[in-house]
Amino acid sequence: MRLTTTGSARNFAEGVVGRIAAHDLPQSERVHHIRLLQDCDGAIQDLTGYRGVLAYGSAPTSLPVVDRLREVLTFADGDVVVLEPNGFVRSLYRPREKHHSMFVTERCSSNCLMCSQPPKDHDDVDALTARNRELIRLMNPKPEYLTITGGEPTLLGDHLFDLLDEAKRLLPSTAIHILSNGRTLAWPQYCARIAELGHPDLSFGIPLYSDVAGDHDYVVQAKGAFDQTLSGFHQAARHGIRVEVRIVLHRLTVPRLARLAEFIFRNLPFAEHVALMGLEFVGYTARNVAELWIDPFDYQLELAAAVRFLSERGITVSIYNHQLCVLQPELWGYARKSISDWKNLYLPACEQCARREACGGLFQWAAKKHSSHIHPL
Amino acid sequence: MPRTFYPAENFAPVPNSVSLLPFRFTRLFGKELLVNEAGEYLFAPEGTVHALVSGSFAATTELYKDLKAKHFLYDDTSSPLLDILAAKIRTKFQHIYGGTKLHIFVVTLRCEHSCHYCQVSRQGAAKGEFDMSTATADRALALMFDSPAPHLTLEMQGGEPLLAFDMIRYLVPRAKAMAKERGKMLDLVVTTNLAVATDEMLQYLADEGVKVSTSLDGPAFLHNQNRPRPGNDSYERAIDGIARARKIVGVENVAALMTTTSASLDHVEEIIDEYVRQEFHTIFLRPISPYGFAVKSRKRTGYEMARFLEFYKRGLKHILEINRSGYRLAEIYTQILLTKILTPYGTGYVDLQSPAGEAWNVLVYNYDGNVFASDESRMLAEMRDNTFRLGNVHKDTRRTLLTSDAALAMFESSCNQTLVGCSDCAFQAYCGADPIFHHATQGDMYGHRPSSDFCARNMESIKHLFSYIAQDDPATMGIFWAWLTGRPLPSLEVPCA
Repeated sequence: MRLTTTGSARNFAEGVVGRIAAHDLPQSERVHHIRLLQDCDGAIQDLTGYRGVLAYGSAPTSLPVVDRLREVLTFADGDVVVLEPNGFVRSLYRPREKHHSMFVTERCSSNCLMCSQPPKDHDDVDALTARNRELIRLMNPKPEYLTITGGEPTLLGDHLFDLLDEAKRLLPSTAIHILSNGRTLAWPQYCARIAELGHPDLSFGIPLYSDVAGDHDYVVQAKGAFDQTLSGFHQAARHGIRVEVRIVLHRLTVPRLARLAEFIFRNLPFAEHVALMGLEFVGYTARNVAELWIDPFDYQLELAAAVRFLSERGITVSIYNHQLCVLQPELWGYARKSISDWKNLYLPACEQCARREACGGLFQWAAKKHSSHIHPL
Repeated sequence: MPRTFYPAENFAPVPNSVSLLPFRFTRLFGKELLVNEAGEYLFAPEGTVHALVSGSFAATTELYKDLKAKHFLYDDTSSPLLDILAAKIRTKFQHIYGGTKLHIFVVTLRCEHSCHYCQVSRQGAAKGEFDMSTATADRALALMFDSPAPHLTLEMQGGEPLLAFDMIRYLVPRAKAMAKERGKMLDLVVTTNLAVATDEMLQYLADEGVKVSTSLDGPAFLHNQNRPRPGNDSYERAIDGIARARKIVGVENVAALMTTTSASLDHVEEIIDEYVRQEFHTIFLRPISPYGFAVKSRKRTGYEMARFLEFYKRGLKHILEINRSGYRLAEIYTQILLTKILTPYGTGYVDLQSPAGEAWNVLVYNYDGNVFASDESRMLAEMRDNTFRLGNVHKDTRRTLLTSDAALAMFESSCNQTLVGCSDCAFQAYCGADPIFHHATQGDMYGHRPSSDFCARNMESIKHLFSYIAQDDPATMGIFWAWLTGRPLPSLEVPCA
């Protein structure tokens, strides 16, 4: 499924966010919509009142428009998209999906060896915040879950509080999960402000890659990050902010995984969830693959021990991004279908698999590198 | 500018200096057991502590990382994260927050039993002679609700409290009204042998949400031997009472406790099997208290601590077998010790705390208005030893009780952190202090550890549990964790290799 494309853009200088109208709407309903023209019929339509226009063919209009699109999109009525002045078109929200994410910045204070979304050092905060405020307004139906991701969302400064305020007001029953390195949370004042928001269902997902500072700091490529993240966890807990611990499994995190589990139980017993995640072969991973890669088949003992350790102690554990055929059967109950529909992939071997329905499959980028033990069950 | 990656040495250099954080240690099972201030432990090879102290420990090993991660040491490569360690210690000492939680009301000393080990009961006494008056009850309730604790427990005991049922009916509604008025949570418990419990009494307890704690010493021959009463039918009455109490008050609201006498020592399996037969899911293998009549009748009921420890170990083995067969039965003392050893949390169990739970976490209001630091204290008073009488409800306030000479003398020796023999004990974080026990058994609140039964019992019990921990058999540890978390027992299926 394609979520982005490009075309030629005219008549606007800043991103335009709108809801897709694949069919013509009455004038009164057009104001939040971007009209998607399937054919080269732009000339004969009255487009007055639409926020913008998307067209496969050429669409002569004075409205913001991206036309002559390169790829055929799977955009449907109600999708929220953004048109960029450089001709870039991106899907931001698809009502048919259950899990939604909101990308808030490409900036990051860490530089993890296996980052799936490598950070960029340019100031995109104002532009993305404007886009996301509009996105929150246009989400319909209101999502059950919304993940705020980046980059490092806490680098938004006040803008993050604005977005959360907006989410609280317009999406009051949406569970918000912020994926953060947790370093900013070490500031008590920051946590106090988060707590003051009084959001009814807000939690943070924060990665921890080792029980010792040096190892964690190396993985995230930032000195002092371990100390800050750990303080961040504790400040969050002190302020009643719910936290999840996220661990990406690779050759640097597997050897001390059992100790990390014990460290979490002893030092972060308030964590409401621990997610053990497979390495994604995207972003930085390819560059560092020699150092990171371990076939998931080869860490089953360590993974099973960590899962058993945590769940025995009453901590909720999930395994993300793993195929059932590679996991020990005792771990199947912990495996979640965590890969979004538009990102997942099944291999030819999966065709004959009896458990395909229960399996999350692979990330599409795993076509390039995955466990060599994938087989039909 | 594109970002670059830096090598591991940039982030985890060999430290220039290593500093130790407080910990205690002992030799155990051919290794060194290190325990930090928050009760986290680590088994390390012999010689580890010496190497650490002498500064010759290599900072490049995985063991070094273990020691650092568990807060045994810190170095110049990262902050010591002392506030994290402080949070862990605070969590362990949660029991000292809030003030006195358990309030025991001795509503009467009258009893129709004449148990050999009982410290206090009066048989055949006339009504009124040894009963709590309403005036005393009113004052005791006022003192109880002066405790800042947000969650209070009112335990009514005796004697046999059901012989003073009118006092129970007097206390319960008043305590509830006061809890409501002060916004406190309140648990109500009555400790009874159930022999004289009528269905009407049980119905009252059910209606008012009062839990029942009763005695069951084992199978009939043992129970009746330990607990004589006219007709020699204590066991039959207890079993009948338990059945009726479960039906009327609810299965989950009826618990039983046992006391180990010398007659019990050879029958631990039978005692445990009796608990299973009666469908209990907890059992507390308790040694006899060295107080009151128990001291007088020591020849009949007493025994060496070593024999009790044998009893406990055999019992625990049997209990684990029962759990392995699929029947859930938790041993309470094991559960208390393992919570301290294996989890970040402490326990509310007042008899194994430091500072000692006595007076801090429990107060006893005797029928005559005298206030004691613990149930054991008032038993001593029955032997004319008033060392731990803090005052009287009719004269004292919470402040004068807790600052009485008796209380202050006791507090002096109530922290095992400061007691000789405890201050450097590897098991300090898992243990407690008990000035009352040491006063009663050794004539000195401070006590002499090498000859202390309290020390012998806890050292050996903790060592014994560490032997299970060191063995790390998944089935056994799974059972322990099921007890600690309240989760179901591990399934009996053997996972595929």
